[in-house]
Amino acid sequence: MKVEKMILASITMKRDNVDGGSPIFICDTKEEMDKVAANLEAILDGISHALSDELYIIVKH
Amino acid sequence: MNEYTYPILFGVIIGVAIRLVMLRADYRQYPTYLHGKVIHISLGFIAASLGTIAVPAIMELEFTAVTFLTIAASQFREVRNMERNTLTELDAYELVPRGNTYIEGIAIAFEARNYLVIFTSLLATLSFLVWNIWVGLAVSFVCFFIVRKFMSGKTLKDIVKIEYVQPHFEGAGLYVDNIYIMNIGLPQRQEEIGEYGMGFVLTPKNFNVRSTIANLGQRQAILHDISISMGVFRDSGTPALVPLIKRDLDDGRIGVFVLPQERDKEKAIKIIGAVPVLENAIRMPSESKANKGEEDLK
Repeated sequence: MKVEKMILASITMKRDNVDGGSPIFICDTKEEMDKVAANLEAILDGISHALSDELYIIVKH
Repeated sequence: MNEYTYPILFGVIIGVAIRLVMLRADYRQYPTYLHGKVIHISLGFIAASLGTIAVPAIMELEFTAVTFLTIAASQFREVRNMERNTLTELDAYELVPRGNTYIEGIAIAFEARNYLVIFTSLLATLSFLVWNIWVGLAVSFVCFFIVRKFMSGKTLKDIVKIEYVQPHFEGAGLYVDNIYIMNIGLPQRQEEIGEYGMGFVLTPKNFNVRSTIANLGQRQAILHDISISMGVFRDSGTPALVPLIKRDLDDGRIGVFVLPQERDKEKAIKIIGAVPVLENAIRMPSESKANKGEEDLK
């Protein structure tokens, strides 16, 4: 089976919202989240999607 | 020199000329360079020779010569494979790929054009031999117009209505009109999209068209053509800035989201209108027996 989409990383301000296999980056502010997500997006060649204001995921499409 | 020399020469010249007419480089940028053209002109020459020589061969009662044409058929099927392979290889390095349906359409066209050359040469030589060179020329002209007609398929403006709609965000969701395109998380990306993004809504003119524009290959062709003609705000490693087309499931409209470098609405609408309707994407649900007689499908 070929996996077409995959969550590469999660970026959050609420540690309790995320659990599981992907790396989780915990940030204190929204600005920090944006910065981390922008860097990860560039590094991982993925797209950062916002699930809520406090939770971004980087997905490889 | 014998009685067939001039007719054969005539047939070959007409065939190659027809191939040249069909070999124009346009916005599809293919084939662009001389080498690519040389390949197709040479194959056109072979096709013209095959078509031409069949006529005197039959007149000399050499009926087995017709088997030549089967060689031609397999030869030109190879042309289709060659085009398909080349274009598929190159497609991986396009910022906005053509897509397999588009490539297959181009490959089929290249194969079919060689057959058109064979028929033209055959008819031209035949009429030269049976009547005279003037009839031969007249027949060639008729073939020329038929070939021209074959070349021009339908374009999108015949089958859809195109409107410009500025794309907008609802939270992280990107929308064109009410059609959801994708989720963009980063505010920085959202700004870029607000600045460069353009949205278009394509409304199908009838029921058949709905399935045609829903075809993923047809959609990719639209994106590719816009990106070729208007540039694209994108690079490798920026997957968030990808042009996309999504469909409104309720009424079959499609929302086109693109990031052109040149932001000219009128021009973009013209370009979308000129996108060819791919042969392989055409669907005719109204031709199905179950749907016959239902006027609302027409």
